Amino acid sequence: MIKRLTWRVATVTEIRQETPTARTLVFDVPGWPGHLPGQHVDVKLTADDGYSAQRSYSIANGDDGERVELTVQQVGDGEVSPYLTEVLEVGDQIELRGPVGGWFVWRPHSSPPVLLIGGGSGIVPLMAMIRSRGKSDTPFRLLYSLRDPGQLYYAGELEKVMAGVEVAYLYTRTAPPDAGRAPGRIRAADLVAYGWPPETAPDVFVCGPTGFVEAAADLLTELGHDPAKIKTERFGPTGG
Amino acid sequence: MGIISRAFQGRPRDHDEKLPPGQYLVHDFPVLSAGPTPRVPLDRWEFAIDTPEGEVHRWSWEEFQALPQETPTVDLHCVTKWSKFGTEWKGVSLDVLMEDVESAAEYALAYSYGGYTTNLPLEDLLDGKAWIVHEFDGEELAPAHGGPARLLVPHLYLWKSAKWVKGIRLLNDDWPGFWETAGYHNYGDPWREQRYQGD
Ligand SMILES: Cc1cc2nc3c(=O)[nH]c(=O)nc-3n(C[C@H](O)[C@H](O)[C@H](O)COP(=O)(O)OP(=O)(O)OC[C@H]3O[C@@H](n4cnc5c(N)ncnc54)[C@H](O)[C@@H]3O)c2cc1C
Repeated sequence: MIKRLTWRVATVTEIRQETPTARTLVFDVPGWPGHLPGQHVDVKLTADDGYSAQRSYSIANGDDGERVELTVQQVGDGEVSPYLTEVLEVGDQIELRGPVGGWFVWRPHSSPPVLLIGGGSGIVPLMAMIRSRGKSDTPFRLLYSLRDPGQLYYAGELEKVMAGVEVAYLYTRTAPPDAGRAPGRIRAADLVAYGWPPETAPDVFVCGPTGFVEAAADLLTELGHDPAKIKTERFGPTGG
Repeated sequence: MGIISRAFQGRPRDHDEKLPPGQYLVHDFPVLSAGPTPRVPLDRWEFAIDTPEGEVHRWSWEEFQALPQETPTVDLHCVTKWSKFGTEWKGVSLDVLMEDVESAAEYALAYSYGGYTTNLPLEDLLDGKAWIVHEFDGEELAPAHGGPARLLVPHLYLWKSAKWVKGIRLLNDDWPGFWETAGYHNYGDPWREQRYQGD
């Protein structure tokens, strides 16, 4: 029997501002079947004349009953993201369906070390993996590329020292004085300094704007990582 | 109609008959793939078609370039909701490549450098509906978009148009490919909005 992905009504129960232009929406979704870290949902907005627009958003939280969290970055002239980041309020309802995607997922029982590489809002599905890690002893390393410290999502949570999870911040424009790395886009030296060596055969997840994912995945294969172990998710056409 | 989203207006509607349900129009060319972009040197590039009866047909890059070329202009529809109109390609029709292939097979599995696969009924590759293309917009096809050559099957969602295509295996039975085993629809008709299994 094929399972149908049905549209479900999702009610906003909580909103957390992550940065001036991004926020996390917490939904209660009755009937939600559960999800794996890395999967996404399709969101559908419907206007009063029946017109509707759909977009994909990664799930930010670990599997947690009927609770689904999304973190949305506002894209300037966008149709859907400005609505989600500015208009939607606690108590409002939208439709979503999922979970979608059985490839870009981390299965908590898998044993090799995990290398997470996120650019901008590409941190979202990677955060779901970190949050799902729980007491597993799989070591994680996260390389998080962001424009400047003001763009950091999940600040309080990432800054708390998590045993077994090492986080490196790669600032592309402006770094804080103690960063220890000149601002700039991700380079091979970053992967050597903060990643896992190819010999340890890590499971690698790369997510973010297309240009970022292309650059990071190319560097990884040049350093000798097995392309078959690199999973990528590309969020959009542009960006840094 | 679904529940109304309070105060959602959306873009001004220019109802476009060429836009399948749930899609929106883009003018750039987004990239979607599941892993790193493979780089395939042309001197090692090869395209093959094989059949369950045991026939194999192969083309080197030079042999492939010497085949009659077509320049289809087609609309693309990606399952991640974007559509792009009027894209211009250059390549070889599958009708040309299949001309000398004798088989009773009814299914096809396209496979790629890098290990990607996607399945479709053989008839969806024939009668002017599919090409192996190597130029986009008058330029050689960039690796991120599937170069040196990709399959182009514009009447299905774009994941069926395998990038970095290496060959097509004809089959008596349907073998689900990469996204098809990961929850996406087996056929993928944008006009019937066949995004996921069960749609
Ligand atoms: C599998 C998947 C998961 C995703 N997960 C997330 C997520 O967790 N959080 C999140 O914020 N977004 C995510 N996205 C991106 C999201 O689906 C939308 O593309 C994004 O919110 C823009 O939609 P929009 O309607 O506001 O803009 P549109 O109306 O679609 O576009 C407006 C303009 O912005 C450009 N544009 C579109 N998307 C982007 C982009 N991503 N970056 C820069 N420019 C863009 C367009 O080319 C256009 O010029 C995901 C995308 C995919 C495919």
